[in-house]
Amino acid sequence: MRASRLADRLIAPCLGDARGEPAPARASRFADSIILPVPESNTGVALDPTSRRSPAAGDAEYVVFDRVSKSYDGRTRVVRELDLQIARGEFLTLLGPSGSGKTTCLMMLAGLETPTSGVIRIAGRSMRHVPPRRRGIGMVFQHYALFPHMTVGDNLAFPLEVRGLDPDDRRARVRRALELVRLEGLEHRRPGQLSGGQQQRVAIARALVFEPDLVLMDEPLGALDRLLRQELQYEIRRIHRDLGVTMVYVTHDQHEAMVMSDRVAVVRAGAIEQIAPPATLYEEPDRSFVARFIGENNRLPGRVTGVRGDICDVDVSGRQVQALRVVPCRTGDPVLLSIRPERVSIAPAPGRYTNEFDATVDDVTFVGDHLRVRVTVCGQPHFLIKIPNVVGHGAVLEGDRVRIGWTPADSRVLDADADAP
Amino acid sequence: MTRPARRAAALTLPLVAFTGVTFVIPLATMLVRSVHDPVVADALPDTLDRLRGWDGQSDPGEAAYAAAARELLRAREERTLGRVASRMNRVRSGLRSVVVRSARRLQDFPDGPWRAVMLDIDDDWGDPATWRAIRTAGDRFTARHYLNAADLQRLSDGSIARQPPDQRIYLPLLWRTLTVSLGITGLCLALGYPIAYLIAHAPPGRAGFLLGLVLLPFWTSLLVRTTSWIVLLQTQGVVNDLLVAVGLVADDGRIALVYNMTGTVVAMTHVLLPFMVLPVYSIMRAIPPQQMRAAASLGAGFPRAFLRVYWPQTLSGVGAGSLLVFILAIGYYITPALVGGQSGQLISNFIAYHMQTSLNWGLAGALGGILLACVAVLYLLFDRVGGLERMRLR
Repeated sequence: MRASRLADRLIAPCLGDARGEPAPARASRFADSIILPVPESNTGVALDPTSRRSPAAGDAEYVVFDRVSKSYDGRTRVVRELDLQIARGEFLTLLGPSGSGKTTCLMMLAGLETPTSGVIRIAGRSMRHVPPRRRGIGMVFQHYALFPHMTVGDNLAFPLEVRGLDPDDRRARVRRALELVRLEGLEHRRPGQLSGGQQQRVAIARALVFEPDLVLMDEPLGALDRLLRQELQYEIRRIHRDLGVTMVYVTHDQHEAMVMSDRVAVVRAGAIEQIAPPATLYEEPDRSFVARFIGENNRLPGRVTGVRGDICDVDVSGRQVQALRVVPCRTGDPVLLSIRPERVSIAPAPGRYTNEFDATVDDVTFVGDHLRVRVTVCGQPHFLIKIPNVVGHGAVLEGDRVRIGWTPADSRVLDADADAP
Repeated sequence: MTRPARRAAALTLPLVAFTGVTFVIPLATMLVRSVHDPVVADALPDTLDRLRGWDGQSDPGEAAYAAAARELLRAREERTLGRVASRMNRVRSGLRSVVVRSARRLQDFPDGPWRAVMLDIDDDWGDPATWRAIRTAGDRFTARHYLNAADLQRLSDGSIARQPPDQRIYLPLLWRTLTVSLGITGLCLALGYPIAYLIAHAPPGRAGFLLGLVLLPFWTSLLVRTTSWIVLLQTQGVVNDLLVAVGLVADDGRIALVYNMTGTVVAMTHVLLPFMVLPVYSIMRAIPPQQMRAAASLGAGFPRAFLRVYWPQTLSGVGAGSLLVFILAIGYYITPALVGGQSGQLISNFIAYHMQTSLNWGLAGALGGILLACVAVLYLLFDRVGGLERMRLR
């Protein structure tokens, strides 16, 4: 313990300068929060909501993935040359389908897997030779990973005991951590006697109780039902805001990612497709994979026939569509048009939209807050339109011939994704 | 009884009947035999009747002599005399020949006075100790075998005392059996736990292969395995040859590794190892690998994570495996019989000896009863202290 603390002191000067903060203060704070917790008034993150950290300059690169690759078998790479910067205090979500390498990224950050190449830095310090137990990262696992033979209190006290805190201090911190996740008075229960939601709260409390600066969560809500999941999403977001810790969250549920994150990194086949705040990701996807993965969209394959500044003319089965150029493209390139279903109007005032087409209604489905209308347009079947279920929404019936339209800005020209189904 | 219940009962009936006939009844018979011995009582009812009011010191009287003479003769004719004599001999050694000779000679005397006749045949009939022995042997229910098995004896005044030191056999034997079994259990745990850990954390293909290696002894005849140990461990065997070749042991100083306690411990540890590995392995398999990762992420190094997180979760498997190995070990017969020599014999070998050679089934039953009681006490202790049920919280 003492040795690595000393090491922190020694490397402190080079760390501190980069972040524009007095070097010794920063270094000892970092060292203390990881290795030797001191009274929380002057340490990393206190479990006390009032001491919320304000972002400081130089914190934008708190966690850095620098060309990180990972291969398990020496041939196929699960993570490919991944670059990523996470700011201090940020809530970043790695979103991707299963097998995309997002959990591997998290495990490498936690030190439970080793990168095949590349470097991961936390607060400027390379983690290459730092074992997981010295990283001081709080981690919430997919299936909670609570210790079934210990009571809730003992589970929470375990990281404190490891750090050599005295029993009184331990008890106080365990109590505060349980208050934070609203499980007061359950210290003496065993994990097996709690509901799934309660177990997950305990797992979150255990990852926070030793006041880490960085908390990782690996699909923590995957095993819970929808209502509980929503409740805990808000809970985790509240805790993130109250404590100001940096959180890296892994999920394959785009809704979850949208609800909680400051930024979402969409991961596919070991690389980041796009990293942006949720709204940007939804409104302005710049990869067709992202457009497909986040929310619903209509994809129309076509070929570029002309480029005028930001606007392209795209030929879709012989019909000309004007669309926003998102990716670089030239005349003749095959592209994919992405159009969000709720941005398409049915029977608009004539001449209102540049893109107006005749369509045939294939079917109409009532799903409560909106109607899902599928039409055939420009020779493409299964083109989805969402009509909000508000008073006076125009009723359409199967087999109707309707006119539909959308703006060039709402149809985005993306790469013709070769792997798309 | 509801219909499903009747159905369930009908389905289990064959097994219940089988267990009853092959297990419960023989076990009960042996246990009854260890306290109930009617041979003498059935052969000499009248004699024992005459001795009922006797003070044990004076002369038993002519009526007793007459009854004894008549009933010994009848036992000889009915060919039960041998069994009667051997029962009496167990109470007082030397009595067998007295009884057998007397019965043979009594044929020559058509009538009494019987006291004079019998004293004439053998002086021992004048000794009250002989009659006391007959009276003792005539008890239908007796604690004699249990006293014997616990190295105790009943003195002539009826009090219980320990056997003289040179005749104390069974308590040291029981103690030896328990300590050796405990040692074998410890060895199995020390050898089996790491193996179970290895298998539980190996990739599926290799785990299957390793598990096959562990199970291999199960598919080999016990006799073959035990005799292979003789081949390996004997004075001119592989192990000794190796030691001599390496130079650790001189050729004339070869170590006795078999036909003693070393042989018993080595061979039994090998035979019983799978019984430790399998339960421990199955418990380890149920522990998610994330547990150790979580412990590491919370700041614990491997030793602490193992001791605080992993080991406690395997305790139910360790308990089950240890209990299994220990119970099997204290009742083990064939391996000590083959490789144990003189010093490596366990209590089961003496039970077998009394069943097959000395034909003292009562004593065999008593030894078996004590063994059974040991196992029962152990199981209850384990259940109370170890708390198998408490461990299953997942």
